[in-house]
Amino acid sequence: MKLHIIVLAKQVPDTRNVGQQAMNADGTINRSALPAIFNPEDLNALEQALQIKEANPGSSITVLTMGPYRAADILREALYRGADEGVLLTDRAFAGADTLATSYAIASAIRKIGSYDIVLCGRQAIDGDTAQVGPQVAQQLGLPQITYSRRIAALQDGKITVERSIENGVELVEAPLPLLLTVDGSAAACRPCNAYRMLRFHRAAIPTEQATADYRYKQSLSSDEALSLKEWSLADINGDATRCGLAGSPTKVRKVENIIFQAKESKRFSADDDDIKSLVDELLANHTIG
Amino acid sequence: MNYYTDNEVLRHYLKHPLMQRIVAMKEHDYSQSAHFNYAPVDFAEAIEGYEMVLNLVGELSADIVAPNAMEIETCGPKLENGRVIYAPATQRNLDAFRQAGLMGIALPRQYGGLNFPMTIFTLVEDVLSRADAAFGNLWALQDCAETINNFGSEEQRERYLPRIAAGETMSMDLTEPDAGSDLQSVRLKAAYSEEDNCWYLDGVKRFITNGDSDIHLVLARSEEGSVDGRGLSLFIVDKKCGAVHTRRIEDKMGIHGSPTCEIVFNHAPAELCGSRRMGLIKYVMSLMNGARLGIATQSVGIAQATYNEAYEYANSRKQFGKTIINFPAVYDMIGTMKARLDAARSLLYETARSVDMTSLFNEVSRERSLTPEERAESKLYAKKADALTPLIKGMGSEIANRNAYDCVQVHGGSGYMRDYVCERLYRDARITSIYEGTTQLQVVAAIRYATSGYYTQLLDEYLAVEVLESLKPLHARISAMVAIYNESLAKVQAFADQEVIDFLSRRIYEMAAYSIMSVLLLADASSDEALFSASLNRFVAIAEAEIASHSIFIGNFTPELLKYYK
Repeated sequence: MKLHIIVLAKQVPDTRNVGQQAMNADGTINRSALPAIFNPEDLNALEQALQIKEANPGSSITVLTMGPYRAADILREALYRGADEGVLLTDRAFAGADTLATSYAIASAIRKIGSYDIVLCGRQAIDGDTAQVGPQVAQQLGLPQITYSRRIAALQDGKITVERSIENGVELVEAPLPLLLTVDGSAAACRPCNAYRMLRFHRAAIPTEQATADYRYKQSLSSDEALSLKEWSLADINGDATRCGLAGSPTKVRKVENIIFQAKESKRFSADDDDIKSLVDELLANHTIG
Repeated sequence: MNYYTDNEVLRHYLKHPLMQRIVAMKEHDYSQSAHFNYAPVDFAEAIEGYEMVLNLVGELSADIVAPNAMEIETCGPKLENGRVIYAPATQRNLDAFRQAGLMGIALPRQYGGLNFPMTIFTLVEDVLSRADAAFGNLWALQDCAETINNFGSEEQRERYLPRIAAGETMSMDLTEPDAGSDLQSVRLKAAYSEEDNCWYLDGVKRFITNGDSDIHLVLARSEEGSVDGRGLSLFIVDKKCGAVHTRRIEDKMGIHGSPTCEIVFNHAPAELCGSRRMGLIKYVMSLMNGARLGIATQSVGIAQATYNEAYEYANSRKQFGKTIINFPAVYDMIGTMKARLDAARSLLYETARSVDMTSLFNEVSRERSLTPEERAESKLYAKKADALTPLIKGMGSEIANRNAYDCVQVHGGSGYMRDYVCERLYRDARITSIYEGTTQLQVVAAIRYATSGYYTQLLDEYLAVEVLESLKPLHARISAMVAIYNESLAKVQAFADQEVIDFLSRRIYEMAAYSIMSVLLLADASSDEALFSASLNRFVAIAEAEIASHSIFIGNFTPELLKYYK
């Protein structure tokens, strides 16, 4: 069975090693202080795609990301790890998008890609931590979705069986193709980059990069088609500008607070009923729950 | 963490002026990019490619191999039904390196390799050995493929090399219970069957690293009734034949992840590699030179790890109200470790470049005859490679051991506990001065280059190179060292007594090595003073003291003293 798999990926600031300069005074992320990386759970999703491809020879993997030009870096990284093709969705009109506007743009790009069997993405990105984009893309495309996937147990006859994480365990879910899976960090880690692919695909570039003076591999482009990464604008995906970027984002950030947790603020409660009741009362009183 | 990018010294060796030539020759003037989509179009892209791969190795070494090393100490390889089952963590390392396409990095592209020069292979092994010397062995055995590449038939190259590049492992089966340092006494029997048009091997090999490999290179006695090295031939044995079994995995002091095996050949079908009777005298000598450079590299990687561990511990451990790095007794040890490490590395990469140039001229000579100038140059590099290999194998491994000793010492009581990495490094380092020829045998291999005046000539050449103005005082001190070395050498030769020369040769060897390492570190400092100046200043002081000590010993020596040793 030859399958076409689309992997959604995001370039994110590496928030796992946050230092003193990681946040600006206004509470936004200081992106220059943090290295830009492939969102970790998107790598878990890519690994699932690679395993499906290995088990189904002839299958292919397209990686789709939305972001500025430099996000082409993660498309190259996906190629180093075994993906076949990369698409960068980039346009000033996409800037400032919340999850709804993002999922609209991505769903439109997936429609342009056309045929596909499985859309895979990470559960959530480590910068926003919303876990909304995957489910919203499925919604916009009218696809069934399985969230928190950790392992594909079976894939045949147009059906997929997936093991998904639930609280205190796992459950097996079966669904028809095409569908969307969000993959969480408990799934298999992504395989490493491959030296042969790095030496070949470090030349891969979007048209904007190819046009720069320091791009040195114009000659290779004609003999090796796979080096041309796609670069799509709002017009390329026939998008509605009012549904994209800031204009298409109903989410309004009212205020961002910089909260520093301090050890002295921690409290210890024993497991007896009185202590637990006093903890619940306190959380209710300060509106943490309820 | 990344074990390549966190160590600026490594990148320095990509910038050496000779690299331009090495890479251009290796890449056939960048003509391969027309046939292979991963071949570089020019020098800049080749270097960029090496850096990308070194980055990948640095990441895998830090994130996968180093953390796995501890697990392998408690759960090592096992023997089941004559087969070796790698430790689970070793298997994970291997899987990662196979997926990363790092199992045939020096092989030509036509056989599926990355076509990297030996200098780059050395950098990879340097980084990897810092994480785990034992896994470094399994990885570096891919270099045995060079023997098939150089001496096998085209048909053998096509059959075996792509399998190795895809990740099948190798072993070199030389040692036997009664043939260790003295390989001329190898007895494993090779008999030719006219009927089957095939060789069969019968016998036992001992102390074989990765003895249950997929593809074995075996030294065996093909000439019945012969007794010396001229009766030995080299064979290729495929594990798939099912007639080679592992009888025992040795229980060793260190490098636990690298299974050392006793293996039995039971009428195992074998193919001759190269010509009969050339096994030991030509092929194994070449194989061993490669292996010695490999162990030298492993030694430098371990020496790096010991330095890092000691430095980190000394900067975190507090006693008497301050971190212990601030005590002269401690910073002396740590500064000395770094100086020895950097000096060994300078010699390592000088050797690797010479090995590269030698094999590149050999490659060219297989395609066309060399011009007289090329032939002359090729001979110079071959001699340099042969003369420097025993120096770096011996000195590098001794330095790894001294660094490991000091690393444990810096840790104090904690260093004696299993909790810290340094005790593993201490045990792992110990083998480096033993296998692939003990330090004593390296002295035997090197001493002819001292007595022939070759090291003196080499030192003169190195000293004739212009250095930075600021380094001239050090240049003068090194010149003075060389004068003392020459004086001691003349005195030893004047005894004109083989036993006396043999007795004093270790000291002459060390004097030559300290001088050569000093002058090579000087050259490195001259191209990047900020990076090497501290190590150079420390190392010259250490080398002066070592050379003075040997010079006094030799100065006071008379042949009558030998009786007190016997």
